[in-house]
Amino acid sequence: MSTINKLERHQARTAYLFITPTMLLFIVFTIIPVAMALYLSFTNYDVLSRMDWVGLDNYRRLWGDSLLWLTFRNVLLYAVIFVPLNIVLSFGLGLLVNRVWRGIKLFRTFYYLPTLTSAVAAATVWLWLLHPEFGLVNGLLSYIGITGPAWVAQTETAMLAIVLVTLWQSVGANMIIYLAGLQGVPDHLYESARLDGANRWDMVRYITWPQLRPTTFLVSTMAIIGALQLFDQAFVLTQGGPANVTKTPVYLIYQQGFNQLQMGYASAQAFVLAMAILIFSLINMRVTKAEESVI
Amino acid sequence: MEATGSITRARALRRALFYLFSSIVAIVMFLPFYWSLLTAIKPDEEIFTVPIQWIPTSITFDHFVTAFTTVPFGLYFWNSFVLAVLGVAFNLFFGSLSGYAFAKLKFRLNQPLFRILLAAMMIPGIVTMIPSVYVLQHFPLLGGNNLQGEGGFGLMNTIWGVILPGASGSFAVFFMRQFFVSLPSDMLEVARIEGAGEFRIFWRIYLPLTAPALATLGIFTFQAGWNSFLWPMIVLNDPAKHTIQMGLQAFSYNYQTDFGPMMAGALVAIAPILALFLLLQRYFVQGIAFSGVKG
Repeated sequence: MSTINKLERHQARTAYLFITPTMLLFIVFTIIPVAMALYLSFTNYDVLSRMDWVGLDNYRRLWGDSLLWLTFRNVLLYAVIFVPLNIVLSFGLGLLVNRVWRGIKLFRTFYYLPTLTSAVAAATVWLWLLHPEFGLVNGLLSYIGITGPAWVAQTETAMLAIVLVTLWQSVGANMIIYLAGLQGVPDHLYESARLDGANRWDMVRYITWPQLRPTTFLVSTMAIIGALQLFDQAFVLTQGGPANVTKTPVYLIYQQGFNQLQMGYASAQAFVLAMAILIFSLINMRVTKAEESVI
Repeated sequence: MEATGSITRARALRRALFYLFSSIVAIVMFLPFYWSLLTAIKPDEEIFTVPIQWIPTSITFDHFVTAFTTVPFGLYFWNSFVLAVLGVAFNLFFGSLSGYAFAKLKFRLNQPLFRILLAAMMIPGIVTMIPSVYVLQHFPLLGGNNLQGEGGFGLMNTIWGVILPGASGSFAVFFMRQFFVSLPSDMLEVARIEGAGEFRIFWRIYLPLTAPALATLGIFTFQAGWNSFLWPMIVLNDPAKHTIQMGLQAFSYNYQTDFGPMMAGALVAIAPILALFLLLQRYFVQGIAFSGVKG
């Protein structure tokens, strides 16, 4: 009896030793910063002068901060365009390559390649692709007689340019997620539908699409979380302009915190953004859990 | 006879349509790569032409030379490489060490601590960003700081400031735990009876079995480290420590019309991940499927 106890104690000691580096880093770089962020959001911390407790002043200021709400409107607009396109294209690509024909792996590879690029490199390449005079996109448009816009320099199209880059970068990965989902749809559903005389389109419409609802939900919530944290592409492609139409919340917090050094106020902004993200993360987790219990 | 003939003809037509359509999509997805390569290797006077010059009349490597001599791209490349490799090493070691403890060892706080780590994955990086800078800056006894963490810059402007906050990511722990859970526990019992130490059991018996998981995790961590932009930009002020993504962003900002060198730089920033992908493709796809299923 005592040897078993000793063994278990030894095992527990080993376990705590094994998790020590992870837990230490977790405390120093997650727990402490989150607590500090909350504290800072009630102060006027600006690195240079004395830090004072200002109570709810920062949060009151948020209320009237039209630039902050503009950045939220910007990413909302982005999400409204990006999310449906992302789903349609990824689902479509998934359907397209969900077969065992010759050369299919090559197609999958090609569709996946853009997801390997860094946001900075992709945005840099697209800066040139979307060049108003000599860019590829407007060059192709001119073949069919359309004079393309000055994509990143015009308020109407700047956000569209960011949508294009991020779509190009993300549909490949989401295609793989859909592919995994497609391969999990039970065959007997299709067989019985075929016996009932359903055509291909019916099967996609009434079997595949409803069966993949959890996948679609997952892809959407992840895309929304990503949209709320958009930064790199906006920073490289448009620098938040023109006229702030592509300025995102993260961009604003970055500037407020590190250019203007208003770290107290920036922390309050970060908390508001975090709440928005958390809502979608929780929804996402709920659905993922529900899906797991089904599997 | 005629009916089957028309069925095979319909099938052949469908196949042809599939290959045609898939190829067009593949070309569209690949065009940005081709376009940047084309721009990087063709002489300046052919870059700025209307209509598009699809095939260069002569190939030049001048743009690569310009890119590497205007800014120290070679140094940036090396800096990024060091950051990414160290990130991989830390995450693989700490992630598997604590993943193993959470999966295979009994200790009282096993479940609660693991749950906390999991829940913390939902905290968006933007919240911890500002206080993490404070934490880095006030690290005791490092970077000219005294015991109270004052006087110097701590870990700011060092590669450790970039690496440590993500050195044992919750995702790495979670990913490795899932893999260790799937391995049988009886080897552990046998090894214990034979008197092997706990670390030895982990290091010599279990860790080698996780090679595929380590490969997948390693690739993803490398990609994340190589492509990361905002955090290194905040931590690293010294130009000699800048990463390739920072260098590329600065280049595209400072030399807005030098598209040849800019595309050369972008290709250099993309190339290592592309090479890694072509060599180790199957691990990439496994990782995506995992992150898709688990959120």
